[in-house]
Amino acid sequence: MINALLNKIQHLGAATICSFRRLGRASIFLLEVMLSCVSMLTRPALLVKQLYSVGVQTLIIIVVAGLFVGMVMALQSYYALVDFGAEDSVGVMVALSLLRELGPVVTALLFAGRAGSALTAEIGLMKATEQLSGMEMMAVNPMQRIVAPRFLAGFIAMPLLATIFSAVGIIGAYLVAVQMLGLDSGSFWSQPQNKVDLYLDLYNGIIKSLVFGFVATWIAVFEGYDCIPTSEGLGQATTRTVVHSSLAILFLDFILTALMFAK
Amino acid sequence: MTSRKIEILVGLFVAAAIAAFFMLAMSVSNMSSYTGGESYQLTARFDNVGGLKVRSAVAAGGVTIGRVSDIQYNSETYEAIVSMNIESKYNKFPIDTAASILTSGLLGEQFVGFEPGAEEEYLKQGDEIDLTQSALVLEQIIGQFLYSKADEE
Repeated sequence: MINALLNKIQHLGAATICSFRRLGRASIFLLEVMLSCVSMLTRPALLVKQLYSVGVQTLIIIVVAGLFVGMVMALQSYYALVDFGAEDSVGVMVALSLLRELGPVVTALLFAGRAGSALTAEIGLMKATEQLSGMEMMAVNPMQRIVAPRFLAGFIAMPLLATIFSAVGIIGAYLVAVQMLGLDSGSFWSQPQNKVDLYLDLYNGIIKSLVFGFVATWIAVFEGYDCIPTSEGLGQATTRTVVHSSLAILFLDFILTALMFAK
Repeated sequence: MTSRKIEILVGLFVAAAIAAFFMLAMSVSNMSSYTGGESYQLTARFDNVGGLKVRSAVAAGGVTIGRVSDIQYNSETYEAIVSMNIESKYNKFPIDTAASILTSGLLGEQFVGFEPGAEEEYLKQGDEIDLTQSALVLEQIIGQFLYSKADEE
């Protein structure tokens, strides 16, 4: 009886120590990656290649998602606002929610699913097939050669993707609100111009997406680098990437919103 | 895929993002109203500014001519001091111009409205507007209305 209880407590303790160990490893890993990023200055070609696979290949899903999110937002806010005769505010409502919240958050979630999981799987497979050790044998630093360009590319690509998402979303909202529902195009564009602030809304949205890009890519490359080098471990690592980065994004979004917009 | 093709696609991607940013900045946000041009500052004292905020509009005849740059409370005169930046091209307001705090629509945002006077001399940088009218506070008006109703009966 007491032994069984002790076993449970031991498991709990082991799990806690294990997760703190991982956190510590992840932090040391982050420091190493950031130091290795300096070497990217001399090898920009590696970065461009990763920007292609992390950024350009994610672009399609971002554009399509942005278009439909904007369209749905316009439709829903129209139905809610038309009862108050305030349907002219659809533009400002869609613009504010896209720039402040949906743009950075939805982009980051899609980014974690599309690019983050691919990064984990790629690095994890390199580890499982001992390509990383092979590089070390050839005196090539895998941090500089493999991890740093991917990390930097994710960090750069996220704000670009989020900006495109918001812009496309507003175009989608314009299509629905003005072309389909027949709202006045003048007030659709002029109301946001009065209400949306360049610094408070646009820049803060970009700061958010930078933070999300940093965290999502960090989790993705760390999970890949730290995975158990078996097919099962690789699968678990990929799943963890998506789950952990999604949770981290949503949690950080709350913190950032509270810091930025609370008055 | 050749590295040239990859580089072109990445270039297009970055260009698209920059274009999206400019679209957001110019046509959605208020960047176009951050006048890089010249402006001059006027101040006005109000008993009550209501819901006026920094960056609220200053309008004359319904046209935005400037923005509120600062709102302070003077604890000696018990008044709110509102500083406004007015675009330099609107520099012909007579010194007896009146400033009042108005509301756009029934529940809309508050802004400072200018009512030009008739003097020959014009307001210039740093001047203070003497004729002011405070914001209408809806609760006070309702309160007064109820009191007057009660008196009648």
